[in-house]
Amino acid sequence: MNQNTLLLVATRKGAWLLHGDAARRTWRVDGPHFLGHIIQHLVLDPRDGRTLLAAASTGHLGPTIFRSTDLGRSWTEATRPPAFPSREDGTGRSVDHTFWLTPGHASEPGVWYAGTSPQGLFRSEDGGQTWAPFSSINQDPRYLEWMGSAQDGTPDGPKLHSIIVDPRDARHLYFAMSSGGVHESTDGGASFKPLVQGLEVVQGFDPTLLSFHDPHCVRLCPSRPDRLYQQNHCGIYRLDRPSDTWVRIGRAMPAEVGDDGFNMVVHPRDADTAWVLPMDGSSVWPRTSVDGRPAVYVTRDAGASWQRQDSGLPPQAWWTVKRQAMCADAGTPLGLYFGTTSGELWASTDEGAHWQSIVSHLPEIYAVEAAHPA
Amino acid sequence: MKVCLPTPLLSYTGQREVEARGASLDEVLDDLDRQYPGLRFRVIDEQGRLRRHMRFFVNGVAVFERATPLLPGDELVLVQALSGG
Repeated sequence: MNQNTLLLVATRKGAWLLHGDAARRTWRVDGPHFLGHIIQHLVLDPRDGRTLLAAASTGHLGPTIFRSTDLGRSWTEATRPPAFPSREDGTGRSVDHTFWLTPGHASEPGVWYAGTSPQGLFRSEDGGQTWAPFSSINQDPRYLEWMGSAQDGTPDGPKLHSIIVDPRDARHLYFAMSSGGVHESTDGGASFKPLVQGLEVVQGFDPTLLSFHDPHCVRLCPSRPDRLYQQNHCGIYRLDRPSDTWVRIGRAMPAEVGDDGFNMVVHPRDADTAWVLPMDGSSVWPRTSVDGRPAVYVTRDAGASWQRQDSGLPPQAWWTVKRQAMCADAGTPLGLYFGTTSGELWASTDEGAHWQSIVSHLPEIYAVEAAHPA
Repeated sequence: MKVCLPTPLLSYTGQREVEARGASLDEVLDDLDRQYPGLRFRVIDEQGRLRRHMRFFVNGVAVFERATPLLPGDELVLVQALSGG
C-alpha cells in the first residue's frame, strides 16, 4: 500500500497543495496559499513529515521564507530570511529571491540549505526561522567571478540551485549555479571545488572558465549515492564517483529531439533509471517541446538508450517545464509529475508510461515536489 | 507621525494607516519594524536600498534617502508601483 502523496506546487502567483489518496487517483486541491506571491519553491521536511518551507517574494516586496508546521494550515514568516552581509562601500549584493530549498541531512534535524538569486548559499539550523550565509563562496572572489553578473544568468536572474546532501555523509555537499558550474564540498561546506570536467559549454567558449558552465538541474541517486545525473544547458550527463568526469549520455537521445532541457528526475530505487523532458534549444531557444510535441524520455540503462513516453500527453502544445517543475514520488510503481508554464499539472502512476492532467488553469508553475506527509 | 502603507504590507500591519516615530526615514522604518517584525526587509534590502517599485513620499514629495529628516507632524506615504502583472 502506498503512502498518501502530497504534491507541492509553487507558482508565479501563489502555492497549492494537492492531497492524493493512496492510489493517486483523486486529488484534493488546497489553495491558493499566498495568492499573488511569487513562490519559487515549496518543500516538505522529510525528517518530520509536516514542516513546510516556502520561498516567497512579490513584485514589490523583498524575499522571505514562510514556514508551516501543520501542512499549510498556518504559516509564520522567517525572522531572518536569507540576506547577504551589508557593506558600507555600496558593493554589497542583495538577495532578489530564494530559488531553491533543500532539507539537511537526516542526522541534522532543523538544518536547511537555501540557494538564491543572485547566487548565494545560505543555511538555517532552526528549521528555517533564521538564515545565515553559509560557506565562503558568497564572498570568495573566485566564486564571484564565476557567478558573473545578471547579464550572465537566467532570464529572471542567475541562480544557485541543486543543493544536494549526500545521504551517507552530512559533510558531503554539492550545488550548482546558472551560471557558474557544479561544485562539491567534502568538509561540510568549509570549502568547495568545481566539478565540471567533461561538461560542455556553448560552442566557441572556453570550458575551463566556470562562468560559461550552465547546469540546469543536478540529481543524486538515493539508491546509489555515488551516481549523479545532470540536465545541462549543453546536454544530459551522468557522473559515477569517484570519477570526476561527467559523461554526456544525452548523445544517445534521438538526434531530432536533442538533449536540451531543464529537468532531471531519478528513480529513488533504481539508479539506472532517470527521466528528462526535452526542450527545443535550436535557433533562438524557444524552450518548448520539440515541434510542439510534448514527451518525456526515460532511460533504464543509465543513459545508454532513451525511450519516448508521451501516451496521454497532448499531440500539440507549446508550454515549457521549468527545472524544479518535474519530480517523482516514492510510490510503487513510481509516480511522476510535472507542471507547465501554462499552469497545468500532469501525472503518471506507472513510471511515465501513461500521463493524465490532474489540475488545469493554475498560474505559471515554477516548481513541483512530491512528498509523503507523516 | 502618520504612515500610509500600500496593500502588500497589510499582512503585517492589518491597516493602511499606522503611527510611527523617528527623526529620519531610517528611524521610522526601524520603528515600523519593531512594531511589525519583518516589514522593513520587505521594503529595504540588506544593503539599505529601497526595493524596486517601492517609493516614499513625505508630505507629497518623493524622497529617496533613508537619512531624510522627518518631523513629528509629517505624513509619510509608502507607495507600490507596477509589478502586479
